[in-house]
Amino acid sequence: MSETELLVKPLRSSKRRLKLPWPLSIYQSAVGKKWVMALTGIALLGFVLVHMIGNLHLYEGPTKTYEYAEALRDLGGDLVPRTWILWGMRLGLMAAFGLHIHSAWSLTRMSRQANIAYMGKRDFVVANYASRTMRWTGPIVGLYVLYHLADLTWGWFNPDFVRGDPYHNVVASLSNLPVALLYIVANVALSVHIYHGAWSMFQSLGINSDRFNPLRRTFAQVFAVVILVGNLSFPIMVQTGVIDDDGRSLLEDSYGYVEGSGSGGDVNMLDDQIAGDAFLSGHGQGEGQFGQGEGQYGQGEGQIS
Amino acid sequence: MAKTISVTLRIWRQDGPNAPGEFVVYQVEDIPDDASFLEMLDILNERLIARNKEPVCFESDCREGICGTCGLMINGQAHGPQKATATCQLHMREFKDNDVIVVEPWRAESFPVIKDLTVDRSAMDEIIKVGGYISVNTGAAPDANLIPIPHQTSSAAFDAAACIGCGACVAACPNSAAQLFCSAKVQHLNLLPQGQAERWERAEAMVEKMEEFFGSCTNHGECEEACPKEISIDFIAWTNRDYVKSKLKRRIGP
Repeated sequence: MSETELLVKPLRSSKRRLKLPWPLSIYQSAVGKKWVMALTGIALLGFVLVHMIGNLHLYEGPTKTYEYAEALRDLGGDLVPRTWILWGMRLGLMAAFGLHIHSAWSLTRMSRQANIAYMGKRDFVVANYASRTMRWTGPIVGLYVLYHLADLTWGWFNPDFVRGDPYHNVVASLSNLPVALLYIVANVALSVHIYHGAWSMFQSLGINSDRFNPLRRTFAQVFAVVILVGNLSFPIMVQTGVIDDDGRSLLEDSYGYVEGSGSGGDVNMLDDQIAGDAFLSGHGQGEGQFGQGEGQYGQGEGQIS
Repeated sequence: MAKTISVTLRIWRQDGPNAPGEFVVYQVEDIPDDASFLEMLDILNERLIARNKEPVCFESDCREGICGTCGLMINGQAHGPQKATATCQLHMREFKDNDVIVVEPWRAESFPVIKDLTVDRSAMDEIIKVGGYISVNTGAAPDANLIPIPHQTSSAAFDAAACIGCGACVAACPNSAAQLFCSAKVQHLNLLPQGQAERWERAEAMVEKMEEFFGSCTNHGECEEACPKEISIDFIAWTNRDYVKSKLKRRIGP
């Protein structure tokens, strides 16, 4: 036995480790973890895309945005109790996030164990900015998601938060310049992450054939740009005043859009043409006319009852 | 008389596996630019020996780019700046007069330095030991020609078989992953009919052995760029597929 053969010892031994039962054992290997990372990545890509497209309802105004949010809670119609489908998707997303982060964490640890830095300067040839910053853009996006939930779902950071009125909350939050900048930075990080991830997942899953290989890079580029343009448009459009609600929520009584509560009593605006007109005329025309709209609404109410 | 150049070398010197290493600067004058990089190091060593100094320890064998013995990190690139070239086939004409050239050994936790620029690459042998061969009887040489293999398949297998096991992929990888080496060795056999009998065992055993020694692939593609044989990262994808497929289908058994 030569001395040199004793130099190399396994960094980790597969024999000593507890073998989990199938199919969990797949996750015990790095290739399996990459596979899970790619699958959860696909789920998260789907979420990011649908979320961005859904947010485009902001351009249709507060009513449509509100109705979209309600429609999400009503998914499944009468077949399942309200919000169950939505909660099912949320739980799936949380699981995907958890596995995506855990696999990234443990693979990063594995690579750190195996790697020794060069003393001289490295000259990377094809590793791009996106691929080399995955371990930075990932945590940035993760922290941003937590902030995003606290900001627009739980309303912790927003004194004007009105539960259930997404349009109002988005405007109230993003009209604040530092918040808008934070959203912009985080979404750039997200797109950079997607630029590498949406290509890399094909390799991890073993989806590789001469016919489609050139399309993989294109797919990732288009996906990243679509997400970037869509998501950046919201803070920018709020800052420039294209998306604006003059600080009023359509769930406040004075707005004239009250569903099943407040002064409107049993009147449901969604079924009420007159109230709808009042709402439209009231929106975006300043205090004075809004007052009129409220008045008309009052009349409409009278006629209905 | 061939053109000559003079270069400044910053070479990693390290007495042994546990000794601390450091860069030592050597001014080498009058190197013919037709000399290969290794011949340039030979000239340096002759001069060092003439002055009674310890020569720089580096590995080489065939010096025609087919054995995989040589391998140096030159100016931050595995095997230096020329694409598809092993260190022995890199020539000094690729450098300019008065260039500073930084020379380091391959660096990875599983490539410990033996001396100076020589590293122990036996971790790669460990991967081969668990499946980089065919143990079923495939007959004598003429029998190979009796098995019809589509041209595309045989040429893909041949591309994988071009791997000379130099370790540049590990050296170039920011994660010190050996995916390119391992997948070339797996696919070389898994693509061919003769390799089918042990296909799934091979994929599992070699990948799992690799993961004992090396890091995890993040699909940068640096390995493919560094590879003197231009082995494609397509093989990595195919090996990932073989590995997970095997895990999913072999529910019973070892």
